[in-house]
Amino acid sequence: MTNLTLDRETFGTRVLHGVGGFLRARETGILLALILVIVITTAKNPNFLFSNDGFRDLLLTPSLVMLLAVGQAVVIITRNVDLSVGSTLGLTAYMTGRVFIDFPGIPIIVVFLVGILFGALLGLVNGALIAFAKVPALVITLGTLYAYRGINVLWTGSDRINASDLPKDFLALGTARIGPIPVLTIIALIVLIAAGWYLRNQRGGRELYAIGSDPAAANLYGLKVTRRVLVAFVVSGSLAGLAGVLYAARYGTINSQAGSGWELDAVGAAVIGGVAIFGGSGSVWGAAIGAYLLLTINRALPILGVQDFWQRAVVGVLIIGAIVLDRVLALRTTKKLAEARDNHND
Amino acid sequence: MTELTANTAVMRTYKEYGRPLWQRILFTREAAVYGALILVIIVASATVRNFATPITLNYLLLDITPILLIALPMTLVIITGEIDLSVASIVGLSSVTLGTLHQGGLPIEAAGLAALVVGAIAGAINGFLITVVGLPSLAVTIGTLALYRGLAVGLLGTTAVTQYTEFWKDLAKSKIGGTTIPSVMILFVILALVFAILLHFTAFGRGVFAIGLSPEAARFSGISVERTKFILFVLSGVVSALAGIYYTLRFGSARGDNATGLELSVIAAVLLGGVSIFGGRGALHGVIAGVLLIGTLGSALRLASITSDVINIITGTLLVASVVSTSVLAWVRRKRIRPGGKKPGSAADTKG
Repeated sequence: MTNLTLDRETFGTRVLHGVGGFLRARETGILLALILVIVITTAKNPNFLFSNDGFRDLLLTPSLVMLLAVGQAVVIITRNVDLSVGSTLGLTAYMTGRVFIDFPGIPIIVVFLVGILFGALLGLVNGALIAFAKVPALVITLGTLYAYRGINVLWTGSDRINASDLPKDFLALGTARIGPIPVLTIIALIVLIAAGWYLRNQRGGRELYAIGSDPAAANLYGLKVTRRVLVAFVVSGSLAGLAGVLYAARYGTINSQAGSGWELDAVGAAVIGGVAIFGGSGSVWGAAIGAYLLLTINRALPILGVQDFWQRAVVGVLIIGAIVLDRVLALRTTKKLAEARDNHND
Repeated sequence: MTELTANTAVMRTYKEYGRPLWQRILFTREAAVYGALILVIIVASATVRNFATPITLNYLLLDITPILLIALPMTLVIITGEIDLSVASIVGLSSVTLGTLHQGGLPIEAAGLAALVVGAIAGAINGFLITVVGLPSLAVTIGTLALYRGLAVGLLGTTAVTQYTEFWKDLAKSKIGGTTIPSVMILFVILALVFAILLHFTAFGRGVFAIGLSPEAARFSGISVERTKFILFVLSGVVSALAGIYYTLRFGSARGDNATGLELSVIAAVLLGGVSIFGGRGALHGVIAGVLLIGTLGSALRLASITSDVINIITGTLLVASVVSTSVLAWVRRKRIRPGGKKPGSAADTKG
């Protein structure tokens, strides 16, 4: 565990280097909170971290939500929101099961590609409606949240995919490890690093921030706003698709309600991780740590003697605390900038 | 710059006094919703067996009462350009408050009053964070959606409180006189009248529209933007709590997870009823027709023994179609006004 945290932190600092002390402080804060939760819970019950299963669950359980949170962060940075990710995940997870049943012997890698492409297609529907019809993302994705889930239930009915329907190799992937780290977590980390690098270093990534900061200015500046927003939704959809395939591998049992309500976890993780809901700031790193914090707290509460019924309340307090904190930090930055300007003028 | 102003104009539909009166009345979003509602009723009565019976009407109205009630304050909230996603969680919290206090020995009347107070406090917390601290309502109410639901589930766990005086349980399900209309409709009609007068015939209501069109301009014309929004969020909390009491008594059960996901149906119905998500546009009668449309469609499909899942697809598609159609119509109209005009710019200010 210590190994991984160190890895992530050094990488994080390298990537974030130059973005500014404020942003670094924001993500370090959540990371510290995450470590604090793990330390306290482990002190209470050493099995939480040191047992074989405990360590695996610690890394494995949040991986799927982390994928959704990364996609969500990309979308929120452009001043949009994607509420349909939970339904996209559910639909893709069921499709993964069907593909294995209807095409026995199909290579696993092909299934992954099919899942990602299908998710991308669902994301494209969202993106096209939002970018071309200029309709708020909140409404469109609320609509597709219903519609995709409805299609899922219609397709699944009372049927469900059982672990026995899926190939053994595929299911093994859900719990397999390379060294001490589960494969699912490695996949999620690769996606995270790629997204973090792209947003930080590439022109397209910087343009997403510009669009989120001020859509009208981005448009006047000649950025391809429509295309970038479209791509952001396709990315969010394909990550939800990937998470759907991994969901099938991880849980084996897929009914029509797979992933329902996960959109709130994803948005919550991004917000807790410091991605401002009005776009233009934050990073996928923060969103990923936010996802880990959210789900780790959920698992820690019963160990700390809090009935797990209170989980949602804690999540709510965390989200509100995070946005209040962001507001306070933003006000302080504004004040500092104003002071610096005044001093400069003197 | 002209490009930009043209764009913002696309987002909002203004009444076009250049057209004759009958066109202005007939070619509106509200009229389209009424048309769809009448069409659904006619088609369903003709094709679905047992649809045109009094009992259907009774159950239909009983089922959609919570949505009807909450849609009233939600309309005002959305017209100011804000949103309240926490309403269904307040329904759950109020239901649990009523249940636990009544179980603890308080009479239903007192417990119900306490539930309303809890709703008002929950709304006031939303309002405080949004107007005083200055946070975006979308983020705040996503947070309180989890918080209030968490409190409700935390207080009762998986248990349910089911002991209520028969009188109140019967009242929630009773009918007016010899008709099949539930008596709770009296409560709804009174509230609907209050909200309609508040929104359409008072200075407060004009302020609500003004804030939605431009908060800055509203402030300069002497409207207290913060106070108005705060009042609306408190109203939203109180009415949601009222819906929670009704919900509890109707099903005779207080549970933490009561009415989960109801906020989506409410918002879908409000937007379907012609309220603009950008704020500044909408009418209460359109919203009521919107709720009735979704409810009737659902009830007809259930009677035709089509599973409830198709209803989700239809609700989602209706929601998407209703907002996309506004954009498409505005685009067509603009094309007609300026034939061969320049392609409008694309400011993707797409957040609600």
